[in-house]
Amino acid sequence: MTTYLADVAALARKDLRLELRARDTLPAMLLFVLSTLVVFHFALPTGADEVAAHGLLWVALVFTALLGLARAWAPERDGGALEGLVLAPSDRSAIWLGKSAAVFVFLGLIELVALPAFALFFSPLQREALLGVFLANVGICAVGTLLAAMAAVSRTRELILPLLFLPLAIPLVVGGVGSSVSTDPGRYLLFLGLYDAVFAILCWASFEYVVSE
Amino acid sequence: MIRARALEKRFGQRRALRPLDLALERGGFLVVTGANGSGKTTLLRLVAGLAAPTRGTLSVDADRGSLGYLGHEPLLYRDLTALENLDLYGRLYRVPERRERIGMLLERYGLWDVRADRVASYSRGMTQRLALCRALLHEPELLVLDEPFTALDADGAALLDRQLAELAGSATVLVTTHEPLRVEPLATARLALA
Repeated sequence: MTTYLADVAALARKDLRLELRARDTLPAMLLFVLSTLVVFHFALPTGADEVAAHGLLWVALVFTALLGLARAWAPERDGGALEGLVLAPSDRSAIWLGKSAAVFVFLGLIELVALPAFALFFSPLQREALLGVFLANVGICAVGTLLAAMAAVSRTRELILPLLFLPLAIPLVVGGVGSSVSTDPGRYLLFLGLYDAVFAILCWASFEYVVSE
Repeated sequence: MIRARALEKRFGQRRALRPLDLALERGGFLVVTGANGSGKTTLLRLVAGLAAPTRGTLSVDADRGSLGYLGHEPLLYRDLTALENLDLYGRLYRVPERRERIGMLLERYGLWDVRADRVASYSRGMTQRLALCRALLHEPELLVLDEPFTALDADGAALLDRQLAELAGSATVLVTTHEPLRVEPLATARLALA
């Protein structure tokens, strides 16, 4: 278990280092989410209710995540490094977990800016909504990283990833919006927790088959 | 160590590797030759476990941790330095005394002075040297090398000659090359793909 976690940590650290050095994903995600929120700010009619604004926040977050996921496996594609990782004796699910952890950090960093910006343009998020964002991030990273790996080996990856990811992100949007606007957010948080648990286990167990022929 | 029977690989209708039988004992040195498209790379990918056979059987008596693979791609991160790349692989392969081993390989392959440079800034030959370091890092029992002399200059090729001579007999080596004479003295078996 210790060596497994050490592998995950080494792989996640590698992704953070690559991003710090190349800076080609985080700035793009940040610019996208901020410009989307600005567009929504002007697009929503004056006096539009809070529910609509929260819905738009989730649209912005899901598409920003999609942007990050599309780049997630780019460093591995470049020099064939994914094959290098697959050949290593470590458990292959560690590759998925390390990448998911890195994407989770990227998404969290973006939201550190995006959520205050949303509060500025619309209204501040309540504690339950923040917990909803956290739980949705777990699901987005778990499912998105696996699907991005599947798409990465395809020639039509730009098309495949959104087609695979968006349908599976619908429950996350439902749970996220519900936790923000419902009078009983606990139900939606529980739903998000269940989604995370089920899909994290599925993705963890199936990654091996995604990267082997 | 490697046994193949009627091993064949197809990609859809296209046959990438014609059916072949193969046996290589532990410590053997197999030189694979053949024209472009004859299936050399496919054979090595099958042995490394990167591809699955379409027909036939293949058994390789080596786990992933004791296999060293050099393919057409360097399997390196271009935005990491040589040290960072080897350190990552050293951790994943649980190489004992990792730093010393990495230092020794970089020194030997003439990359010590550029160890802190990103791989993206390397020439093709330097990248190939680093890819060799990666493949040799964990002192594999089975070494699978796909055209390892590609892009190496005379010094680099001589280094690899010496390395292969040292490994011959102790490790099992499978090498494809368009320069068979270069490794001929080491070969214990030969396979010409058509």
